[in-house]
Amino acid sequence: MSSTFVGMPAFPEAARAAVDDPTLRANLRHATHTIRAKRARAVAELADWAGLRAAGRRIKDHTLRHLDRYLEQLEASVTGAGGTVHWAADADEANRIVAGLVKETGESEVVKVKSMATQEIGLNEALEAEGIRAYETDLAELIVQLGKDRPSHILVPAIHRNRGEIRDIFAHEMAAWGRPAPENLTDTPADLAEAARLHLREKFLRAKVGISGANFMVAETGTLVVVESEGNGRMCLTLPETLISVVGIEKIVPTWRDLEVFLQTLPRSATAERMNPYTSTWTGTTDEDGPRAFHLVLLDNGRTDALADRVGRQALRCIRCSACLNVCPVYERAGGHAYGSVYPGPIGAILTPQLRGTASEIDASLPYASSLCGACYEVCPVAIDIPEVLVHLRERVVEGGPAVRRGNKVVLRPARGHAAERAAMRAAAWAFGHPSALRTGQRLASRSRRLHPRALPGPGRAWSGTRDLPAVPAEPFRDWWLRTRGGKDAK
Amino acid sequence: MRVALFLTCVNDALYPETGKAVVKLLTRLGVEVDFPMGQTCCGQAHYNTGYRHEAEPLARRFAEVFGEYEAVVTPSGSCGAMVRELYPRMGERARAEGRGDSLARTLAPVVPRTYELTEFLVDVLGVTDVGAWYPHTVTYHPTCHGLRGLGLGERPHRLLAAVRGLDLVELPGAEECCGFGGTFAVKNAAVSAAMGADKVRNAESTGAEVLCAADNSCLMHIGGTLSRLRAGVRPVHIAEILASTEEDPAL
Repeated sequence: MSSTFVGMPAFPEAARAAVDDPTLRANLRHATHTIRAKRARAVAELADWAGLRAAGRRIKDHTLRHLDRYLEQLEASVTGAGGTVHWAADADEANRIVAGLVKETGESEVVKVKSMATQEIGLNEALEAEGIRAYETDLAELIVQLGKDRPSHILVPAIHRNRGEIRDIFAHEMAAWGRPAPENLTDTPADLAEAARLHLREKFLRAKVGISGANFMVAETGTLVVVESEGNGRMCLTLPETLISVVGIEKIVPTWRDLEVFLQTLPRSATAERMNPYTSTWTGTTDEDGPRAFHLVLLDNGRTDALADRVGRQALRCIRCSACLNVCPVYERAGGHAYGSVYPGPIGAILTPQLRGTASEIDASLPYASSLCGACYEVCPVAIDIPEVLVHLRERVVEGGPAVRRGNKVVLRPARGHAAERAAMRAAAWAFGHPSALRTGQRLASRSRRLHPRALPGPGRAWSGTRDLPAVPAEPFRDWWLRTRGGKDAK
Repeated sequence: MRVALFLTCVNDALYPETGKAVVKLLTRLGVEVDFPMGQTCCGQAHYNTGYRHEAEPLARRFAEVFGEYEAVVTPSGSCGAMVRELYPRMGERARAEGRGDSLARTLAPVVPRTYELTEFLVDVLGVTDVGAWYPHTVTYHPTCHGLRGLGLGERPHRLLAAVRGLDLVELPGAEECCGFGGTFAVKNAAVSAAMGADKVRNAESTGAEVLCAADNSCLMHIGGTLSRLRAGVRPVHIAEILASTEEDPAL
């Protein structure tokens, strides 16, 4: 499987393949149901959860409203603490900056902390093209990288793999990347973790350059924060001589007091932990401790465009906890790869079409990858109304209209492939505006009901391939009402 | 109290028995129900598929047709949520688009007066025992827009628990979506069908004869799946159960 998402089929087609894969279905069902139940218990422990959720929302909304000011404050704080700040408008610019910084050190390999932003910009591939090898050190990202696979979950990128598959990947692939897996590797969690530990340890001790993202950036002090479970991130953040962090501009919180809210809501929402095992914070550079050079690459890559959208901008509150993925019935059956983006699930379905636009077939199909059941909104720790944004983006797909692309105001044209649907919607709206015509249609349907097939041909198979059609009644309700005066006369 | 039945377009055309059951039930409880003939569709399918502007005239029609009533009762959680949750949002969006307050002002009066059936029974009429008799084993599926949109909570359970002869059994994974989702059912047919099949398996595992819900759109999908999979469970709208009596029993 390719490690990029270029040329992805639209969501429904990719999802169909996943639905038909029994191993994948079983892996996903087991994993999402387990974490779903744990999260519910962890959240229920806090009496003030609703208050924390509201506070998280307010802090993020405030920060986004004044993002220009907080970004400049952050730049000043980071610079004052000995770091260097770079601004990247898009993925290409960010990749060029990072590749240039690595080359300046004279190194040809880097160790990486798990990072969504660097996945989003395809940093590993860009570095590879410049002769620089990037080693993923998060256990799940390592599994994905060794398996020449793609991540399928924000927090648990190898959620689609079971232990047996992971054992096979380690046994067959580790040798090509460094220390091979031990002989006779079993699929017990302890053995798999030990194999990864030995393999990664040599990378940590050798690397001179580390690359990370960040969960938060505190504007008042210029402090970056990474929360993780394994400690591998901390290895990358502390051992190398040079640290480069690529972070989306929406990751700012104004103060440490604001950070406190998210350090409560993120672990409980993400891994169902009261507190995550490793919380690393660093502010610029410190003499004789940790990296001697620190570079912060602030990434836009569509975020300012999303910020310009009154409805869509709430997606920028996201703290990447994945609670919406774990609770989503569509994600559970379609799997993460079907979303064609490093951001899968409900949040991906509203984030990707805003960051990348809706021009491609996969991106235009994402807003429809939901039954609008609302489970995602219910669990979101920053109260992103994902169904609201999905419907808003559907409107953008079918109607086009004003949007901002790369900082410029544009008027989008309606996406292709919706002509028949648009005609049907308009026809239905006309009929619903003319009750007498509607009644004639209902009567026709009722009178011809013995001729109705139980299954439909052509596009109708989308319904009747798996579901019988309801039988049309002999008489629509409104005819009964008129005939019996609302049941007052004989039935 | 002048009470109107908003039956919904799907029930009018495909599930008239649900409408008759609501009339029978409310009449039995002493409520005079009217069915304004000008009613058609709330616009939910249009709105949720991205055709908000096409949904606007339907919302205006709704507000005009039902404007004079003190309460509008609908046997559909999703259509109820459309009016209560999304009509105010449509007004807001029109305002944000520089089209003034006209839509918001037109829609505002009907929003708080629109009730889903179980809400109307429990909150407005203040009854949970509606005098029904239904000697069957029933499991209840809380549909998403009723559950998470309107926050119906325990109301349907309380009503069902008070029905004589009814054995209410819990549905595993009850709060998971059945996979209908309006146009989602055909736009993402494979995922929708997989969700429906899982819902059916859970319903079958309860041993219930009847799967009950407060929304026939979801029941159309679940019922179509039940029948295709030849499962021994029947889909029945909650109104038909609550309307059923010993003198005039429902199936």
